[in-house]
This record gives sequence, C-alpha cells and structure tokens, in this order.
Amino acid sequence: METVISIEHLEKSFGDHKVLLDVNLSVGKGEVISVIGSSGSGKSTMLRCINLLEEPTGGVIRYKGEDILSLNTSKYRTHVGMVFQQFNLFENMSALENCVRPQIKVLKRKRAEAEVVAREYIDKVGMSAFINARPSQLSGGQKQRIAIARALSMNPEVILFDEPTSALDPEMVGEVLDVIKSLAKTGLTMIVVTHEMAFAREVSDRVIFMDGGIVLEEGTPTELFGNPKKPRTREFLSRFLNG
Amino acid sequence: MFFVQVWEIVVKYHSYLLKGMGTTLLIALIGTIVGLVIGLLTGIVRTTPFSKNKLLCGLHKTLNSIISVYIEVFRGTPMMVQSMVIYWGYAFLNGGSTLPLIPAGIFIVSINTGAYMAEIVRGGIISIDKGQFEGAYSVGMTHFQAMMQVVIPQVMRNILPSVSNEFVINIKDTSVLNVIGVAELYYMAGAIKAINFQTFQTYTVVCVLYFIMTFTVTRILRLIEKKLNGKANYTICGSQSDSHAEIHVHEQEES
Repeated sequence: METVISIEHLEKSFGDHKVLLDVNLSVGKGEVISVIGSSGSGKSTMLRCINLLEEPTGGVIRYKGEDILSLNTSKYRTHVGMVFQQFNLFENMSALENCVRPQIKVLKRKRAEAEVVAREYIDKVGMSAFINARPSQLSGGQKQRIAIARALSMNPEVILFDEPTSALDPEMVGEVLDVIKSLAKTGLTMIVVTHEMAFAREVSDRVIFMDGGIVLEEGTPTELFGNPKKPRTREFLSRFLNG
Repeated sequence: MFFVQVWEIVVKYHSYLLKGMGTTLLIALIGTIVGLVIGLLTGIVRTTPFSKNKLLCGLHKTLNSIISVYIEVFRGTPMMVQSMVIYWGYAFLNGGSTLPLIPAGIFIVSINTGAYMAEIVRGGIISIDKGQFEGAYSVGMTHFQAMMQVVIPQVMRNILPSVSNEFVINIKDTSVLNVIGVAELYYMAGAIKAINFQTFQTYTVVCVLYFIMTFTVTRILRLIEKKLNGKANYTICGSQSDSHAEIHVHEQEES
C-alpha cells in the first residue's frame, strides 16, 4: 500500500506547554483511520499539524514522501482537505458558493465546471435542496454536510475530520456520520478525530489511541476495542465497552 | 419677522446655499470613500501575519510602525489644524503656489478619515471568527485570498454602521475647511452673513440644511444596511415527489 502521509517524531508545543511529544503514524492510500483519546491528548493538534494550521515544532510530516514544510502550503492543502468541528463555512456565501468559490480561486476552474463539481458533491451529501441557503440558515448537521461537500469539491487525496460531530446535537450526529461512512467506501483516505466510538469501530481500517501527546496504541478496530493491550487504553474504553 | 428674514435668505441666496451643500456632500462622500480605502489597506496590512522571510518581516514591521504613527497623529490633532498645516505646508514647499481648494479639502478629509477607518477596519477584521480564516486556508486559499474572498466581505457588512457614522461626521466636519477657504456650506454662510449682517438668521438656515443632509444620509444608509443583511428567506429547490416544487423558507426577520 502506498503511503500518503507519514508522521515521524512529530512534536508540538505552545510555549512551554508540550502537546505532542513524539507522534509516529503512517497512513496508507485509501485508509480510514480514527483517532480517539481523551480531550487534551493531542488528537486535534496532530490533525491541525498535518494541515499546517499549526506549525510543528519538531519532527517531520511527509506527504507522498516529501516534507510538507518544503511544499507550497496552499497547494499542499488542496490535496489534504479538512472538516472542522465548528464547520467554518464562509458566512458570506451560499451553500453552493461555498463549494464553488474555492475551486475557482484556488484550482482555477471555470465557474461552469466548478458548479458541476460542487452540485455533484452537494448531492452526494444530500443537501441539493439547500444550495441557495446561507450558512446562518442551516442547522449544524446541514452545515457540516456542506462543509464536507466543500472539502470534496477540491478533489483532495486525504480529508481530515476534526471532531466533525462534536458540535452537533445527538439527532444530527447520525446524518453527518452517514455521509462520512459513505465516503469511507469510496476509497478516499481519511483521518477522523472522533469521540464516536461506535462509528470508529464500524468504519475505520485502523484506530489510533492517543494519550499524553503520543500514539499509545493502534490496531484494527477489533484489536483495539476487543482486546486493548495498554491499561490506559482499557481505562479509556471501559465506559464505552461496558456502557 | 424672523421667519420672513429666514425665508428671504433661502430665496435670495439659494444658489449659494445649494452650491455649498453640493461641495460639502462631495467632499464628505469622496473623503469617506477614500478614507475607507485607506482603512482597508492599512487594516489588511496590520492584520497580516509576519512573513518568515526576515527582509519581508522587517519591511512589514516598518510599515506597521508608519501606519501607527499616521493613525496617532491624525486622530490626535484637530482637522482644522491639519487643514492649515497641509494647505500652507504645500504652499511653503512649492514657492507659494497653493493647491486647488476642493481637491485640497478632499485630500484632508480623506487622510483624516483614513486614520479613523484604519481602526474601524482593524477591529472589524479582528472580530471575524478565526474559523473563517481556517476554513479558507483549509481549501488552499492564501491569506490574501482568504481576506478578499471571505473576510473583507463580512467586515464590510459589519462595519457599515461605523462607516455611515463617519460619513455623517464628515458632512458636519467639512465645515472646518472654511479656514483654508473651501466654499462649502459653512463658508457660504459666512459669505451671506457678510452681505446681510443677519448672523442668527443665516446660521439658522445653514443649521437646518446640515440637519437635512445628515438626516437624509442616515436614512439612506440604514436602508442599505438592511439590504446588505441579506434576504431572510431562501428557496429549497425540488422535492422528492415533485422535482419542480419550490419551497420558500422564511427566517424570522432580524430587527
């Protein structure tokens, strides 16, 4: 399997506060990886480092073998899309325009072409009826589905999901997870930071458990959820497994 | 008696008064627009993160300092004094030849307004959720693209009330340009008074005219603000049973 992203000895500190101590991870093409762990374990920070929203303070992240710091950041980000907890849709644009404008401005696509692409993905996330709505007129789940369509419209290799359902009320979580599940089947490479254990178990090829700024344990969902080796992993999963 | 005299002033000098109002509005309008442009430029420069390139970073910091000095100086001194210094400063440096008056007035009001707009715009940019930038970065936009496509349009809508306010202030404050002889409304009042010696009556007329201008402008700008807040409804296209169906969803109008 071709390695798309490899993280080697990644460190990140904010001032004196070390968030990531030594993260090592390799992501193959088409892999779906869930990252779990308690709040403050560095999951989101790692994800943000991959997209260079945070600059690593140590270690190397490689995209297809090349150090991402040596690449043109904007161009690199078109290959590695991101979906945020807080959606971050452009408030000044309609749902459709959110998916169209980046293609025109960044990928230099023609408007007509960009609209075709955008409509296709908006349809895929089941939001075709709302293309004219403004973000402020959409519910959380709807916003997140548009945000996913926006990321897809750039035709990225990888999409990073940063707790995509954490800001949603329980009723909306399902609609977003369903979309992500359907994407998992298309062969898109995905790294999903999540607190939805059932989702992680069902969808991922591999589950990463992060704790205290390192990858403490990783394995297939069956391994990790069925037979966690480290006591800390067991402790973290106990509530989910027993509950 | 008073009202008769006031009416006489209006009838007799209406061409002067209208001309003065025209000049006042012209200078205030262009001054506000140019000031806003200055504000946008300085705001964008000051909120751009420093480059990692040492030279660029140094230039950027120098530019920021210059902008800070500009803002402090022009906000910290009266526009009346600025008018005299700029107008006669130009004459001093150019062997006594002076600037044409209306362009000079526009220049003075513009850079004065620019100093205020700089802070308004910067505040506007800072108040935009950081997530808007991150969303833009995540699809590969550069900082400048994020600014122009996503942030500035939102800033413009948010700062419109402050910009309108500056425009109204400028309509009133152009009156100080009479010190260099710009023939705006206040200057015209002086000229009329010098002919008829009816100081109170003349300035009452001018007072009412200023109020009419500011009041009208305020109302118009409020309408534009409402327009810019966008439609409170949108159309859902199609439905599962009937592809031609359109459902109109109305949001509760924000007041």
